[in-house]
Amino acid sequence: MQEFKFHQVAATEAMETLRGEVRAFLAREICDRTPAERSLTWAGYDAEFSRKMGEQGWLGMTWPKQYGGHERSSLERYVILEEMLSAGAPVSAHWIADRQSGPLILRVGTEAQKERYLPGIARGEIFFCAGLSEPDTGSDLSSVRTRAIETEDGWVVNGTKIWNTNGHRSHNMILFCRTSSPDPEARHKGFSQFIVDMSLPGVEVRPIIDMAGEHHLNEIHFNDAVLPKDALLGEEGSGWAQVMSEMALERSGPERFLSSFPLLVEMARALGENPSDEAAAALGRLSGHVAVLRQMSLSVAAMLQEGQDPNVEAAIVKDLGALLEQAIVETARLIVPAEPDLSGDGFSSALAMTMLEAPSFSLRGGAREILRSIIARGLDLR
Amino acid sequence: MIDDETAMIRDTAERLFTDNCERETIAAAWRGEWPATLWDEIEATGLTKALVSEEKGGAGLPVGAALTLIEVAGEFAVPVPLAETMIAAWLLDRAGIEPPQGPLTFALLDGGATPGEGGWKVDGVTRRVPWGRSARLVGLVDGGNACQLVLFDEGAGKVEKGANAAGEPRDTVSFDTFCDNASVVNSPVSSAELHAIGAAMRTMQMTGALRRATALTLQYAQDRKQFGRPLSKFQAVQQNLAVLATQCAAAAMAATMARDALVSDELLPNIAIAKARTGEAAGVAAAIAHQVHGAIGFTLEHDLQFYTKRLYSWRDEFGNEGEWNRLYGRRLAANGADGLWPAITNAA
Repeated sequence: MQEFKFHQVAATEAMETLRGEVRAFLAREICDRTPAERSLTWAGYDAEFSRKMGEQGWLGMTWPKQYGGHERSSLERYVILEEMLSAGAPVSAHWIADRQSGPLILRVGTEAQKERYLPGIARGEIFFCAGLSEPDTGSDLSSVRTRAIETEDGWVVNGTKIWNTNGHRSHNMILFCRTSSPDPEARHKGFSQFIVDMSLPGVEVRPIIDMAGEHHLNEIHFNDAVLPKDALLGEEGSGWAQVMSEMALERSGPERFLSSFPLLVEMARALGENPSDEAAAALGRLSGHVAVLRQMSLSVAAMLQEGQDPNVEAAIVKDLGALLEQAIVETARLIVPAEPDLSGDGFSSALAMTMLEAPSFSLRGGAREILRSIIARGLDLR
Repeated sequence: MIDDETAMIRDTAERLFTDNCERETIAAAWRGEWPATLWDEIEATGLTKALVSEEKGGAGLPVGAALTLIEVAGEFAVPVPLAETMIAAWLLDRAGIEPPQGPLTFALLDGGATPGEGGWKVDGVTRRVPWGRSARLVGLVDGGNACQLVLFDEGAGKVEKGANAAGEPRDTVSFDTFCDNASVVNSPVSSAELHAIGAAMRTMQMTGALRRATALTLQYAQDRKQFGRPLSKFQAVQQNLAVLATQCAAAAMAATMARDALVSDELLPNIAIAKARTGEAAGVAAAIAHQVHGAIGFTLEHDLQFYTKRLYSWRDEFGNEGEWNRLYGRRLAANGADGLWPAITNAA
């Protein structure tokens, strides 16, 4: 039988010292954030907060110092992420740049690209978004149609990207698109990636408002947008392999099981210090699930640190994580007698916000069914 | 990242059980026979004293590595009290008594121990004692301020037979007996700790049984053809098998947490978390395993039931999910809402 490798990761002194620093920082910086705002977790946007995190040295933590990084371990970075998420800090502005765009540029970018973008990302001044899905694409990324055609001046891009997060408030996008015609024999050939300056003519961002009334998502139209030659990221034609490694980074972090944690905190607050048997069991169960998943997720971070490829393990954490995040909503509403209300008090507003965002938990970063097919492949069933 | 000692113990145990714990042995035990040959083979390897120090006649193995045996025993549905004997011997060793040969078991005694001339008068009752009819009991008498550990003589108690859903003996044993001073000592653990240690033991066994139930199910899905193709090629089945694997992985992580808690001696809250999480995984996983196996899986002819019946039993023994979730939830609630996250990170 295929063995999945999850190990207990021991906390180091460096991690725990850092944890203390982050908690002190958060107590200072986000003390006036409301439960509903905290419930946005990594969808909460605050450019100034991101800049302050950059000042602390908490962005680009694992990158080389020559590009503005801090050469710390993945596990130290993990501490920053989990402390920010569990507290409901507004980390959205820098999230994608720090998590995936920066590491991708570091791995496949030119020297000029690294120097141009990485120090700004690490300072919390340059924000990125990702241009992946398209109106007819959904979970099947190999069906994207947006096309970049090389000319004397650069690359001319036409097409539409959708379900883009933060395009309206990011400086750059890493665009995944076709650079040659589809080959039915080789579905993963002919793709490339580009770094797009979002202020270029021909790049139009249209908002998509989610059912909580929040604007995080966009549809982005490219109409003869001309990218300079040096916008190409990595090799022409290597886009598929690059985007797969980018998405592995998207799946492995603690944001995949902590999205509802601020609601769990509000549930505990509403229950008080002497809950009923039923309520105590519910709080214990959900918190126990968090504790076990946290160990599994830490284990994935440790595998990444060691240069392994924990693709299936990351899918397992994300699948269990989304189930837990959604279960927190369904349990909390039964345990605390309050109706969801975005304008209500602590628990009601946190419940409303988390509940309205919850359908996305098992969609974004890989739909539940896709994750399970990745796990099934890991079991040699496909 | 499995260390050499753990790998060696796992290897030894797998070979031993593959040779001596075949389906007929497990089936005979279910019919009520004591598998004497299997027990003798296990005892001959010295594995029953895997947790005992060298001074007291054990192997002096690292505790974490030795505990792996319990997981492997669960994986093979070993129908003797190996895990119970290991833990009981460990307790005796820690209390300063050299563990005797033969099967041991442990339980909390509802009763009292009164010191007298040359020994102790012990009376009371122990319930749901694993293999109470065939194993010597290490009983814990909780006297409030002080706890005594009692190594009862063979046959000292009156046995009333019972069994769990897997047919493993779970007996009521009552005592009204006199024990000499050498067999009554201060207990190294409280009654609450004994309960948690038992919960950790069942957690590790469940993880082993889950591993086997998952392996059987994956194999069956690939072998069994319906509508012209293996079950494993149907997407609906694949999705269920993926869920089975995620539950198995979560249980394995939880069992690691329980094992490390036993090694560190800080039993709670991690054993509470682990027993509840693994018990929950056992229910979900057993349901999928049976669904994939179809009708044959719930007959005595098939091996799957050896493992699922143990999962159904073990998740309720030494506290079910509700009990441990409540205990953990109460601790967290007492901490206050803003202490919730620090409590979760501290527990690691």
